[in-house]
Amino acid sequence: MDAILLQILNGLDKGGAYALIALGLTLIFGTLGVVNFAHGALFMLGAFCAVSLRELLTLSMKVKDESITFFDAYKEVPYLEVWFGETGTMIIDLAVPLSILFAIPIMLLIGLAMERGLIQHFYKRTHAEQILVTFGLAIVLQEIVKAYFGANPIPQPAPEAVAGSANIGALFGLGDSVVYPWWRLVYLAFSGVVIAAVFAFLQFTTFGMVVRAGMQDRETVGLLGINIQRRFTIVFGIAAVVAGLAGVMYTPILPPDYHIGMDFLVLSFVVVVVGGMGSLGGAVAAGFLLGILQSFASMNEVKSILPGIDQIIIYLVAVVILLVRPRGLMGRKGVMEG
Amino acid sequence: MIAPTARNDLILIGAFAAAVLTAPLWLAPIGAGYPDLLQKFAIYGLFAIGFNILFGFTGYLSFGHAAFLGVGSYAAVWSFKLLTMNVLPAVFFAVLVSGLFALAIGFISLRRTGIYFSILTLAFAQMSYNLAYSVLTPITNGETGLQLTTSDPRILDKMAGIDYGAALPTTDLFGTEMTGYPGFYFCAVLMIIGFVIAVRIARSPFGTMLRAIKSNQNRLNYTGINTRPYALAAFVISGMYAGLAGALLACTDPLAGAERMQWTASGEVVLMTILGGAGTLLGPVFGAGVIKYFENIFSAFNHDILMSIFDFLPGWLQGIVVTVSGLFVGEGWHLTLGALFMIIVIFLPGGLMEGVGRIAKLFRKDGGAANSSVSTAPGE
Repeated sequence: MDAILLQILNGLDKGGAYALIALGLTLIFGTLGVVNFAHGALFMLGAFCAVSLRELLTLSMKVKDESITFFDAYKEVPYLEVWFGETGTMIIDLAVPLSILFAIPIMLLIGLAMERGLIQHFYKRTHAEQILVTFGLAIVLQEIVKAYFGANPIPQPAPEAVAGSANIGALFGLGDSVVYPWWRLVYLAFSGVVIAAVFAFLQFTTFGMVVRAGMQDRETVGLLGINIQRRFTIVFGIAAVVAGLAGVMYTPILPPDYHIGMDFLVLSFVVVVVGGMGSLGGAVAAGFLLGILQSFASMNEVKSILPGIDQIIIYLVAVVILLVRPRGLMGRKGVMEG
Repeated sequence: MIAPTARNDLILIGAFAAAVLTAPLWLAPIGAGYPDLLQKFAIYGLFAIGFNILFGFTGYLSFGHAAFLGVGSYAAVWSFKLLTMNVLPAVFFAVLVSGLFALAIGFISLRRTGIYFSILTLAFAQMSYNLAYSVLTPITNGETGLQLTTSDPRILDKMAGIDYGAALPTTDLFGTEMTGYPGFYFCAVLMIIGFVIAVRIARSPFGTMLRAIKSNQNRLNYTGINTRPYALAAFVISGMYAGLAGALLACTDPLAGAERMQWTASGEVVLMTILGGAGTLLGPVFGAGVIKYFENIFSAFNHDILMSIFDFLPGWLQGIVVTVSGLFVGEGWHLTLGALFMIIVIFLPGGLMEGVGRIAKLFRKDGGAANSSVSTAPGE
C-alpha cells in the first residue's frame, strides 16, 4: 500500500510536467492548427529564466573576509546580502518561486514574438513543414542557450522551507516509510493550479468563450466581427507561459541543461496524441495517466515479471491506445489524419 | 525539370553514376575528398533515398526510420561474428532482417494515417532503442555496442581456412579490405543500384499508385482499391534501404550501437530528405550530402582556423567576425543546421531541388509555361 501511494505520487509530478506541456501543445494546435515542435524549447527557456534570475540575484562583489587574519582575503558576497543582509539571503533562497514572476512576462513576449514572427506564416503550410520549421527553431534556441550557459546542467536548489522531504505516510496513517520530497508536492499542486487556471480562463471569461468558439468554427466567429486572429495569438503567448512555468518549477527536480526540452517534447507529443489531437481534457488526462503508468512500471516487483517494461511502457500504451481508439482518448474525427 | 522519358532517365542515371564514382575528384577542392566522409555521403544518401520512397512518394511521415538502420547494423555485425567477415552475407542478412522488421511494424502502424502514423512509428523506434539499451543486452551488448572479438566463431571463414589469429579481423569483399576507397566504392555502387531501383519504382505503375495514395487516399478507397498493401510495400522497401544503409555503416566500421536507433537519428533522415526536396529523385542524396558535409567540415572548425580565414580583415573587425561566426561552427554547428533548416523551409519548401529548378528556370527562355506542365512528375 505504501509503495503504491509512493508510486502514484511519483507518477503525478512527472505527469504534471507532461500535462502542462501537452496542454500548451494542444492549445496551440486547437486554435492555430499548428504543430509546434519548438514547445519543448519553450519549456527549456522557462527553466533558463529561473537560471538567469538566480544569476542576477547572486551577482557578487568582493568583500574582505574577516575570518582570515593572516593576510587580506576576499570572498564573493552577493550584492543583495551586502545591501539587505538577512532579507537579501531570503530573496536569493526564494529564487525559484520568484522566477515565476520573472518568467511570465518574458515567456509571454517570447511567445508573442514567435507567433508573429514565424508561426503566422505557417498556418496554411503542411503539418510536415510546420514540424520542420519549429524543429529548426528549437535547435537554434537550444544552441543559443548552450552558447551562453554552457552544456552542463545547472542545479537550482529549492527554497529552504520546502527543501526536505515530507512525511506523508503519517498524514494518511500509513507508517513512517512513506516520505516524499516537498518540492515535488509543490510541483504537483502548482501544475494542478495552472491547469485549473487555464481551464477556468477558457470556460468562465468572455475571452475564453470567444477562443472556444473560434476553435469550433473560426470562420463564423470572424464573420461576427471578432478579431479572432489576435486572440489566437494571445493564446499562443499563454501556451508559451504555461510551458515556461512548467520549466521554471521543474528546475529543482532536474537541473536544466540545453536539451531538457527535447527530452520532454517527444514524450509530450506522445501524450498529446494519446489524449487525442485537439482535446485539452484528453491531453491533461493522458499526461497524468502516462506519468503514473511509467512510475508503476519502474517498480522492482513489476520489472521482475516483465523485464524492460519501465523503458517502453509509455510507447507501448501509446501504441495500444492508438490501435484501439484511432483518435486517442478524446480526439475528434478528421483531425490530423490526412 | 525534364520530362520523365526512358531516355532522360538513362541520362539521369548515367550522370548520377558518373558523378558518384568520380566524387573523390570533384569533392576534393571543398575538403570532402577523403574516404570516411565519402562513405558517409553514400550511406546516408542511400538511407535518404529509401526514406523518400515512403515519405516523398507515398506521403507517410515516419519518425522511426532509424530503428531499421539500427537493426540492419546489428544484423550485419552478427553476420560478421557468426558467419564470415565477407560483407555480402552481412548486407544480405541486414536487408532481410530489417525488411521483416519493417513488415511487422508497418503492418501495425499503417492502420493509422497522418500524425497518428508518425507517432506509432516513433513509439516503435523508441521502444527498440530503449530495449536495445536494457533488456536485449545479450543481443545488442547494451551501452558498449556490439563489437567484434577474436573469439567469435565465424563458421564460414573457419571452413574456408581463413584464420585471423590474434588480431581483430577487418571486413572484406573476397579479400579486398572494406576500408578507405574500396569501402567507399562498395557503398557507392550499392547507392547507385539503390538509386536505379528508386527511379524504376518512381516510373512504374506501383510508383504511380504510391503518388495516388499521397495525393488522395480517400478517393482511392472509394474507387474500391485497397491502398494498404501498396503503402506496406513502400514501407518495407524503405525499411530495407535503411537496413542496407545500417549494414554499410557496419561494413565500414564493424560496430553497432543503440544510439543509431534514437529518434534524433530518425529526425536526421527526415531533415535530409526535406532539405534536398521530398519526392524528387536526386533531392534526398543532395540533402544527405549537405548535412553530412556540414557536420564533418563545420564541426571541425575552431578558433584558429577562423582567425586564419578572416585574416584579411582589420584586427578589430576580425575579432568580432570570428566571435560571431564561432557560434556557428565547431561545437555549435547545430546552430548552423537549425538556421539552415528554417531558411530552407521558409523560403524553399521544395528543398534544394526547388532552388536548383528556380535557378535553371532563370536561364531557360521558355521557362514559365513549359516548366509548369512537366515539373509535376518528380516535383510533387
